[in-house]
Amino acid sequence: MNRWIDQGKSWLETRFPVIEFWNNHLAKYYAPKNLNFWYLFGSLAILMFVIQVITGIFLAMNYKPTAETAFASVEYIMRDVNWGWLIRYLHSTGASFFFIVIYLHMFRALLYGSYGKPRELLWVFGMLLFVLLMAEAFMGYLLPWGQMSYWGAQVIISLFGAIPYIGGDLALWIRGDFVIADATLNRFFAFHVIALPLVLVGLVVLHLIALHRVGSNNPDGIEIKAKKDKSGVPLDGIPFHPYFTIKDMLGVIVFLMIFAMVVFYYPEMGGWFLEKDNFVPADPLKTPEHITPLWYFTPFYAILRAVPDKFLGVMCMGASIAVLFALPWLDRSPVRSIRYRGPIYKVALTIFIVSFIGLGYLGTVAATPIATNFSRLFSVLYFAFFLLMPYYTKIDKTKQPPDRVT
Amino acid sequence: MNDDVDHQKRRILTTAATLVGGVGVAYVATPFVLSMDPSAKAQASGAPVEVDVSKLKYGQLMTVEWRGKPVWILRRSEEMLHRIQEGSDSMRDPKSDELSQQPPYARNEFRAVNSEFMVMIGICTHLGCAPTFRPEIAPADLGAEWQGGFFCPCHGSTYDLAGRVYEGVPAPSNLVVPPYRFLTDTRILIGVDTESA
Amino acid sequence: MKNIAALLLVLFSNIVMGATTSHALEAANIDPDDTESLKRGAKYFADYCLNCHSVALMRYSRVGSDLGIDDVTLEDMMIFTGAKVGDLMQISLEAEDAKQWFGTKPPDLSVIARSRGVDWLYVFLRSFYKDESRPWGVNNEVFKDVAMPHVLWELQGLQVATYNDVLGDDGVSRKLISGLKLVEPGKVTPDEYNQVVRDIVNFLHYVGEPAKSTRLQLGKWVILYLALFFVLMYFVKKEYWKDVKK
Repeated sequence: MNRWIDQGKSWLETRFPVIEFWNNHLAKYYAPKNLNFWYLFGSLAILMFVIQVITGIFLAMNYKPTAETAFASVEYIMRDVNWGWLIRYLHSTGASFFFIVIYLHMFRALLYGSYGKPRELLWVFGMLLFVLLMAEAFMGYLLPWGQMSYWGAQVIISLFGAIPYIGGDLALWIRGDFVIADATLNRFFAFHVIALPLVLVGLVVLHLIALHRVGSNNPDGIEIKAKKDKSGVPLDGIPFHPYFTIKDMLGVIVFLMIFAMVVFYYPEMGGWFLEKDNFVPADPLKTPEHITPLWYFTPFYAILRAVPDKFLGVMCMGASIAVLFALPWLDRSPVRSIRYRGPIYKVALTIFIVSFIGLGYLGTVAATPIATNFSRLFSVLYFAFFLLMPYYTKIDKTKQPPDRVT
Repeated sequence: MNDDVDHQKRRILTTAATLVGGVGVAYVATPFVLSMDPSAKAQASGAPVEVDVSKLKYGQLMTVEWRGKPVWILRRSEEMLHRIQEGSDSMRDPKSDELSQQPPYARNEFRAVNSEFMVMIGICTHLGCAPTFRPEIAPADLGAEWQGGFFCPCHGSTYDLAGRVYEGVPAPSNLVVPPYRFLTDTRILIGVDTESA
Repeated sequence: MKNIAALLLVLFSNIVMGATTSHALEAANIDPDDTESLKRGAKYFADYCLNCHSVALMRYSRVGSDLGIDDVTLEDMMIFTGAKVGDLMQISLEAEDAKQWFGTKPPDLSVIARSRGVDWLYVFLRSFYKDESRPWGVNNEVFKDVAMPHVLWELQGLQVATYNDVLGDDGVSRKLISGLKLVEPGKVTPDEYNQVVRDIVNFLHYVGEPAKSTRLQLGKWVILYLALFFVLMYFVKKEYWKDVKK
């Protein structure tokens, strides 16, 4: 019996490297043993991606991407399709949770300097994922064809109109009509269900290849590969499987409990995950009183609104995302982790986080003069964090990191 | 790594976790699988259909839709019934022994509640094509033996006027008789058979 | 400093009140588990609302099965259009006619409770008052110049608005509605009328998300399962991580 299994294994392995893959990426892939809570969010991001893909496939079985039928087909899913309400809430709540996970994943990188040499490309692939995920979420949000879907898309697509010379034609080309219309909905559906997910899968693979080339960073921000035993295993590394697969499972269960609480008890999350106005079918002749993008876009939206010029506003919003790509080259600190950084970086990071959350909040409220002033202040602080980074990270008083992880 | 590992404890714990997790996965999969069953909309359109057959002439076929399927109602003359009786020998299942093809009350020579009215789902039991109604006797394309019946253009299966399949054709069994009952002599309710349903 | 205080105030009030209304609405206090209230609401809705307002995303049969009403009773109670019990709750009113009569097409009410909220609906249906300048002779305190007539007037009776002079920030004094007073009593007392409206709102809330009660019931089992799974995984993790030396 055992002999047959062994023969089967070797037959397969000579033709297809299952065991080799298992070893390279799980059983003999060594991760730092001191990875903490913050290192959970990468696994959670993959989990969210899988949840969104599966629920999305089942939603697409009943959703109808035309202006006449889209709104009703979502409610058809909520009522007539067996368990459709659950699948829909998993997907709508999943979108927000995906961004919560991604933002925390990115914050982890800021905390422990995970973008530092040699992980620049890992960071860049991650940023590309973030940008594409925003596009994916934006296009998905049009599909329910409610008032917020419609007018949110109207506003965002109009941003492209701010580009000199080609802007007007570009916005027209994106919409495929003179306003957001059936054609827009239909093409956004195509992008949302197949084009962007395909690219996202590809980028996830690139992100993971890059990660497994250099290995995980850790809360101490030192290289575990610098100290190896005789067989070449890092002294502070432990196999990803079973240690981190089991540890991540624990985190996944806690995460799913929070996720389930929202899905079953607060799927609208007080209007933050499902907006009230989106229960009104899209009406091209009537704008809702108060349009805001969903919460995960609001920090960037607030920067847009803070600038009193259409073109410059769009440029600043674009720059606020683009500057993140440059992070690995802006940071001149000799250490990676917040544990060994000096006071300046700690203060700068705190100000940055406050500004980012502040912008996120301000993006959801009406643009009163007070709110606009605060948006401007926070926008300046947001950019200052990045643009002054080469300077303040260099003069900051850092501590000497330990030789081995703690 | 320690050597004093309690392997048995580990095995028990891992097995338990795998089992509990597996149950969870099964529960999660259930709503997704069930979501592919007919929705409330499909079930609503699957409601019983009432048909008035008073204007149907002898030898005339009408088609109504029930659950999206064509249901044939044919008013058979005495002469047609006679031909059905005569042809029993060339049928694969003349006595409707295959129980799944008709409700018990239609398990007779004419496969009907009232022999005058044939009620039949018009879908070939071979691969689901829609047979054509060929009531004429001995037409050129179907040969001298043809006593009137249904002919499936896809793969040449043939049925008589009671929906019984001929021997030696691809279709394996008789046409399906849907559940139905007579509300009056000329009104048929297709989709339910008993009072309570 | 003043700015910060103002921002905090805005922030706080927004979180407390939600982002929709500026002044507090009287709570509807509906009980979604009260099947009798839902049945009464369904009946009132069919009698007073379903002529002009469709609930075109909902099937009669779903109302029947959720509220425990059999098909025959359901037909007598709610279906006046010749529709079958499995059909969607549509209306025979043509959009063009509706525009002629009301100036606008009465909205579909399938998810109105989710866009407006139950409290708003509860207040709205009780806030009609006499206003001869309007086509139907009534106006509404929370939905100014609404195109809808007061269809429940024979139950509620007729209210008139009382006004106060309020001095605005710009120094101009304006007449603002301070309250509504019942001048012509209807068939039922004000308390009974409130209950009628509460029943209708309860029904609209149910229709907005018919799966809601299932959702709330199921949630605790999912979380309980995850909690048990967590305990088990905790011991698995503890056992395996014995290997990892600090």
